[in-house]
Amino acid sequence: MTENVAMDVEVMKVIVFQLGDKEYALPVEQVQGIEKMMHITRVPRTAHYVKGVINLRGVVTPIIDLRDRFGVTTTVSSENTRIIIISEEDMEVGFIVDAANDVMDIQKETIEPQPEVVGSLEEEFISGVANIGNRLLILLNLEKVLSTLK
Amino acid sequence: MDTNQYLEVFIDESTEHLQSCNENLLALEQNPHDLSIVNEIFRNAHTLKGMSATMGFEDLADLTHKMENVLDGIRNEKIEVSPEILDVVFESIDHLEAMIGDISEGGDGKRNVSETVEKLKRIENGELIDGSNAKAVVEDSSEDRLVSVTALTYDDFERTIIEQSNEQGFGTYEIAITLRDDCLLKAARVFMVFEVLEKCGDVIKSVPAVEQLEAEQFDTDFSIAFVTKEAIETVEEAIKKVSEVKEVVVKKMFFDLVEENVLEPVVASSTAKSIDVEVISQEATKVVTNSTAKQSEKPVKSSHATSKTIRVNIERLDILMNLFEELVIDRGRLQSIAAELNHNELNESVERMSRVSSDLQNIILNMRMVPVETVFNRFPKMVRQLSRDLNKKIKLDIIGAETELDRTVIDEIGDPLVHLIRNSLDHGIESPEVRVAAGKPEEGRVELRAYHSGNHVFIEIEDDGAGINKERVLSKALEKGVVTSELASKLTDTQINELILASGFSTAEVLSDISGRGVGLDVVKSTIESLGGTITIESEEGKGSLFSVQLPLTLSIISVMLIEIEQEIYAIPLTSIIETSIIRKADIMNAHNQKVIDFRGKVVPLVFLEEIFEVPRTDDPGDDFHSVVIVRKGDKMAGLVVGSFIGQQEIVLKSLGNYLTNVFAISGATILGNGQVALIIDCNSLIK
Repeated sequence: MTENVAMDVEVMKVIVFQLGDKEYALPVEQVQGIEKMMHITRVPRTAHYVKGVINLRGVVTPIIDLRDRFGVTTTVSSENTRIIIISEEDMEVGFIVDAANDVMDIQKETIEPQPEVVGSLEEEFISGVANIGNRLLILLNLEKVLSTLK
Repeated sequence: MDTNQYLEVFIDESTEHLQSCNENLLALEQNPHDLSIVNEIFRNAHTLKGMSATMGFEDLADLTHKMENVLDGIRNEKIEVSPEILDVVFESIDHLEAMIGDISEGGDGKRNVSETVEKLKRIENGELIDGSNAKAVVEDSSEDRLVSVTALTYDDFERTIIEQSNEQGFGTYEIAITLRDDCLLKAARVFMVFEVLEKCGDVIKSVPAVEQLEAEQFDTDFSIAFVTKEAIETVEEAIKKVSEVKEVVVKKMFFDLVEENVLEPVVASSTAKSIDVEVISQEATKVVTNSTAKQSEKPVKSSHATSKTIRVNIERLDILMNLFEELVIDRGRLQSIAAELNHNELNESVERMSRVSSDLQNIILNMRMVPVETVFNRFPKMVRQLSRDLNKKIKLDIIGAETELDRTVIDEIGDPLVHLIRNSLDHGIESPEVRVAAGKPEEGRVELRAYHSGNHVFIEIEDDGAGINKERVLSKALEKGVVTSELASKLTDTQINELILASGFSTAEVLSDISGRGVGLDVVKSTIESLGGTITIESEEGKGSLFSVQLPLTLSIISVMLIEIEQEIYAIPLTSIIETSIIRKADIMNAHNQKVIDFRGKVVPLVFLEEIFEVPRTDDPGDDFHSVVIVRKGDKMAGLVVGSFIGQQEIVLKSLGNYLTNVFAISGATILGNGQVALIIDCNSLIK
């Protein structure tokens, strides 16, 4: 019986991370790994939110600070700061986030298009919002987040 | 049959066969009467046909078959080799190459080749040539050959006889004879036919076998394999004179045709060859000693080529390379740890490990080396085609095609070289009339050379054409605004020559398809520079030009000088560094808002990396000295002002990934011994 329910409802597994006081989500398939903060080599003359590159087990990986990308006030990195490595098409990029602490199943039907009220700088980077219990998860549109550099 | 697993081998081998066809066709054009070359081409084409038929690529097999018919005619001296005919053969090979290309990209190898097929057929039927005596025999061969080939099968012994008869100037034929339906005395007719044949040659085989023929165990037709020195027309006439013979179809036959019966086409040629040797040793009846010697050379040669090599997927080599790169990084790390700890035994073993790993590095790099031949081998055909298009007579000499280069470089170097050669043909070599008037041989010469020198490979293209007209280049450059008039007067000859590499430049009065849109050579220059190479031009008007391309042996592991700016470490490729130096701040001069220094009598502009790279400053450098790395780009120099020098190191070149593209003045990154990333400075973009 329970199996049937699972079959009927499309479920999406997401990684939940924190940025300031908001919670964001990324589909688990796009996440390659979560790393602790490590040395970042600055790359000169790139966009302000590109923090530089790291050595991710032999692969030079660019790092984007999502706080800067979204214009959220910059917080200082702490114990909890993480780098989420994501892959989108042929790119591998790391995101600096305040904390990454959850893997969740979201039922697809709970995802709503982004409400008008969000209306902040980050608006264009959002593909939808999921309301689960009392938590509001913002789903990121990776393509948009990575696009503007081109 | 599941052919997928053979597809890769098929593609590789087909490409090789086609390449060999190309080369031999070019050789044939030089020596139109050398039939051994035709045989070689025929053999390649034939193997290709068999392979593609087995793999189920009918179009490919079909076109090859048509081409083979023409080659067959050439081999039988029924068709005379002429540039026009070779054009058509080349055209078919182009089609074949395109088909193979399609197949390798997952296509089905289909292609509309009806026009070429038509041309091939016309040649085959003798319409483009005047050898009318050939017509009768050649005409029917195209349709019937397949039939006959399946009709007659030969064992090794018969095959050898056929081939050796060929070698000794006997004609070998398959004769298909059809008796009239109302023929009553079939056995008698067969007997008569055999009698006729045996007067002028030898019957090697008949289908059905002689016994069956005598017992009248056949319908109305039978086939005979026949060897003769007589003109086949006479034989044909003689057979036709036998009563109740309805039809006689004669075809010339070859060993290679016979080979068709071997089932596994991929190994067909090699098995056939090894069989040769065996049979030769025991079968002496028709073998003249010198032809034996000639025969046995062949298998030796082929076994030499195939022995002790294995095909390795290039991906695996890339993986191996990546793993080794990891090792190099750890080696660097170990070295720095050992240097810190200063522990004797640790030092020793680290040293030993470094030695072993540098040997390993050499071997791995060598494995990735590919002879430039793979790039060069398309040029003879291109030159041939272009010189015909341009109505010029041009001979291309290739020297050092065996010179090896890293695969990554090979992949990139093809297009620039095509451009350069086109340029030499189009602008360099003059038309025959002009050449003769200038007292030069009518035929122009282009030499393509490759050789190693130190850590570099040089590829040079030299022509004995018109050379570069410096006045014209200068006036054109001024006209196009490539240089200013003040600057123009100061340019050296080499610098003037190199103006033709500048963008927006073209001196040919008549623009042609081949080159001269003014967009070629500057692309060449930038491609070569992006590979870490340089290009120089020497030219003497009236005598010719020399384009010299210098390339690094490999792109993946390079020697760099590590430097430090504040807290950040950067790498500068050793190839661009002239020297390092410490200068006093007082020695810096100002010229047009540009800080310069006097370096060995030359004025060298200074580039402050700290400013260019917007390095966050921790404190104000209080000392009176600057550390400067003098780098060059061609003849130009610049002094890069850095914080301090760290030292020289071998590093593994890594890309910044697909997200960060076109970062100013950074050509890539590397991973240092401490695990951190250091950026590699692209000196070329820092020098204007």
